[in-house]
Amino acid sequence: MLKFSILLLIILLISGCSDNPWNNPNPLINNDNKVYFSNFQIRPKHLDPARSYSADEGIFIDQIYEPPLEYNYFKKPYSLDPLTLQALPDVIFLDNNFNPVNNNKNGEIFYTKYILHLKKGMYYQPHPAFAKNNKKEYIYHFNSFEEGRSFSTLADFNHTDFRELIANDYAYQIKRMADPRNFSPIKSLLSTYILGFKELSLSISSDRENQSNEQLLDWINLDKYDIPGLKVVNNYTIEITINGLYPQFKYWLAMRFFSPIPWEADRFYHNPGFKQRNLSLDWFPVGSGPFMLTKNNPNGEMILSKNPNYSHGIFPFGPENHPSKPYYGRKLPLIDEAIFRLEKETLPLFTKFSQGYYDRSGENHSNIGSNTFDQVFNFGTDGLELTPEMKEKKITIEKDEQPAIYYTGFNMLDPVVGGYEEEKRSLRQAISIAYDDQEYIDIFFNGQGSVAQSPIPPGIPGFRHGKSGINPFVFNWENNTAVRKPIQLAKELLAKAGYPNGRHKTSGNPLILYLDISSNSNPSSSILDWKRKQFKKIGIQLEFRLTDYNRFKDKIRQGNTQLFSWGWLADYPDPENFLFLLYGPNSSASCNCDSVNNTNYNNPHFNSLYKQIKIMENSDERNKLIDEMLQIVRKDAPWIFGFTPTEYYLNNPWVYNNTRHGVAKNLLKYVDVDSDYRNSQQYLYNQPNKIPIFAATGLVFLIVFPAVKAYRRRQKETI
Amino acid sequence: MLTYIIRRILYAIPILLGVNILTFALFFILNTPDDMARAHLGEKHITQEDIEVWKAEKGYNKPLFVDTYSQGMSTFTNTIFFEHSLRLFVFDFGQADDGRSIIKDIKERMWPSLAFAIPNFVIGITVNICIALLVILFRGTRLDQGAITLFVALLSISYLFYIIVGQFFIAKEWKLVPISGYLPSEPFKFIILPVIIGVISGIGQGARLYRTFFLEESTKDYAITARAKGVSELQLLFKHILPNALIPILTGVVVVIPILFMGALVMESFFGIPGLGSYMLDAIRSQDFSIVRSMVFIGSVLYIIGLLLTDISYTWVDPRVRLS
Repeated sequence: MLKFSILLLIILLISGCSDNPWNNPNPLINNDNKVYFSNFQIRPKHLDPARSYSADEGIFIDQIYEPPLEYNYFKKPYSLDPLTLQALPDVIFLDNNFNPVNNNKNGEIFYTKYILHLKKGMYYQPHPAFAKNNKKEYIYHFNSFEEGRSFSTLADFNHTDFRELIANDYAYQIKRMADPRNFSPIKSLLSTYILGFKELSLSISSDRENQSNEQLLDWINLDKYDIPGLKVVNNYTIEITINGLYPQFKYWLAMRFFSPIPWEADRFYHNPGFKQRNLSLDWFPVGSGPFMLTKNNPNGEMILSKNPNYSHGIFPFGPENHPSKPYYGRKLPLIDEAIFRLEKETLPLFTKFSQGYYDRSGENHSNIGSNTFDQVFNFGTDGLELTPEMKEKKITIEKDEQPAIYYTGFNMLDPVVGGYEEEKRSLRQAISIAYDDQEYIDIFFNGQGSVAQSPIPPGIPGFRHGKSGINPFVFNWENNTAVRKPIQLAKELLAKAGYPNGRHKTSGNPLILYLDISSNSNPSSSILDWKRKQFKKIGIQLEFRLTDYNRFKDKIRQGNTQLFSWGWLADYPDPENFLFLLYGPNSSASCNCDSVNNTNYNNPHFNSLYKQIKIMENSDERNKLIDEMLQIVRKDAPWIFGFTPTEYYLNNPWVYNNTRHGVAKNLLKYVDVDSDYRNSQQYLYNQPNKIPIFAATGLVFLIVFPAVKAYRRRQKETI
Repeated sequence: MLTYIIRRILYAIPILLGVNILTFALFFILNTPDDMARAHLGEKHITQEDIEVWKAEKGYNKPLFVDTYSQGMSTFTNTIFFEHSLRLFVFDFGQADDGRSIIKDIKERMWPSLAFAIPNFVIGITVNICIALLVILFRGTRLDQGAITLFVALLSISYLFYIIVGQFFIAKEWKLVPISGYLPSEPFKFIILPVIIGVISGIGQGARLYRTFFLEESTKDYAITARAKGVSELQLLFKHILPNALIPILTGVVVVIPILFMGALVMESFFGIPGLGSYMLDAIRSQDFSIVRSMVFIGSVLYIIGLLLTDISYTWVDPRVRLS
């Protein structure tokens, strides 16, 4: 023990001679490179753009692939810019004979054609899939297990090459989404819109079934399929034709699903035996974006390195007074490498951030939980402000209001809380008044969020600030602010609903409602107590039905719930993507399937308005219709509208361009770091306190020496 | 001895089969193949057709145990149980539901697990034995009584408390080691803290138990005789009492040696060690049956190996014991 302690002491003292702090958890890096250090909380499951749908996967995949469009870094409400295109797509409306038409006054528009003109001179990252020999044959496109047996990682391939990004790569990827084996989550959606997509999917399935079982190479060259909805005009022009009018299609063109995939990469990863060795497009992306994945260890560390062939990205021009102004017009990306470490627990993550080992507190999540909130924020006179310790370190905050909503839903098929009669409406309105979401946000989210007045969150067209935006059935507008209606009104509404003082007016039985809770949401007892208290305010008893997640989803599909909590994060910033959560035909119970309208709300007037706004571009006329829809849904109250989460991200002072976007995740290319500043601060923050080591060593001596002395004394006494 | 080992290996087959059936049944009671498909395909825009394709691709579209539509052996072979669980007996773990090779993941993750588990185990045993011997040296004195009180106190404190206090002081306040993480290139600095916490949290239980073993041995006739012959206490402890007390110690120790490979669930999770413990935990959370069954199977095999090693080690420490 003594020797071990001394050895440990010597090792620690020797390591103390290095400039690298003892507690540095990051790998040593080449100081000539600009390296950004960050973290991820959930290991990515899929990096194939045809399949990946998770925001957490976007940390990596959205830096590698480039769909045709992207969101403007600065503009709110959100606005689209061309990414690999020369300009936004040309949109042409067509009649049933595919002739151009100008308007849809008499329902003439049958199809919409999007014409995409690509920029020239964009190149993929270097990859073995492109490598060719002197005879112009692909070196690593194998037909048997034996040929590829010696390759187990991408580093095993000695040759790499690259080529220009062309229009056919987008067509190839769209066809990949039709292949059932790629499990694209938007396959059914695209089947509805892109002409010939559904038939293509059936053809691929049929061809796969006809493939011989003995055939080792199960790759199908998707270029052999032609569909009317896709036309590659030349290397830089592609036309996509969709059914009817669907203005939201442009937003899909900014999502990773529409990223280009070179056929060579698809062929390469179908080499016999590669999938069994984790060599797949789902794990090793091949993109044309600013970064490429150079280390893929989802269990520990992911590294993105600058794509040497990337040259078409320029920092966009924004407002004159924006802190990023010095960067306007600069070539992207600004860093050489980004190292992401898996960090599941928030406490160690926050410690590493405050020690300077993570440049920012998070990418997709701010990671400021209830256990660290007090170390970061104080409630000052101007609201939330940083603690003196954070200010001393010059840490900055960046606010991110997400296009998301958390709500409590009433099952409209339930005989007690559902239905469209005046009494049922009154019951739901009474509960909506009693259920004080602001208190919920203050207690359980440390004030990080805003109470929702409708299904549409801030930043989305159709959202209105001020008096015109409040829910008049739950709030009054007083002194320029929304004030919740008095609880007395809720009690009156409850009485009107047939439950005076929370008891049935004829039987006198207490009104007991049931809130279904999924076990994986793991609510604390204090949250449950709080919820119970809200209902108790008007005399309603609330019981909880804690259900395993799978059974919870079953109940939702079958319409067997009464009340439940749910959330929605927008796919794209359009009100349609929120209002469809209440569109009758999207009811989960009506199809017993995984749909989006989980409350099974079905108001014919709302439905007809939804059909209108769905095919309209944003305009005053559309906003008027949306206002009307919101009034209908506020009156019917199928949801307690809940709240929109706001996250506060922390940035160390050596990181620049930290603006958060809400929707876009391809922001790493804008980030810049000052490595020298970081190194000096890390050294300053992390001087080890060596006293405990000496104290521990002293303690060992204090125990061992008296023990030895006492033992010797006893031995002598025995003699 | 060889016959004994072969017999024990043969006994292991029905045990492993039983474990397999039990794991399979428990997993599929909670998760239907449709649930698994939904968990892997995501929440949005999923159709029943997508679910059916996923099940067919992963082989979950077959009956669980018996295919009543098939004839002969196919009745049992054309089932999820046969195709997914029985092939484990030839150590074919297949692929996880997200497409990654399980054996590749295990090979990758076993090293971080072992990097923590082996030093934690070796240092823990050594420290516990040393402390127990030290306490025995002063048996009956106030030091002995104080040590027992301390052991009980250490035993009563939650494991998580040690982790939080250790991380707070050693990593956050004193900045002596990284608070969490793991780098294969320099594992030493990352395992110091979990090992210190693992060892200290185990002292209460381990040292108290070993003290009991040593105390029992120290009152036996051979020990009294040795003392009467003038053997010093140190010689008595190390040459006579320790070897005799090894049998009960081995009972508890050898059996866990193979299990070290499986990692430590809590430690790996709190310290961000990408080992097999956190692999199992993630698989349960994401309803990945392929990983769960593989890990349970490996755990069972290792446990059986541990029991076998325990039996063999008896013959090594006590020549009177013979395996038959």
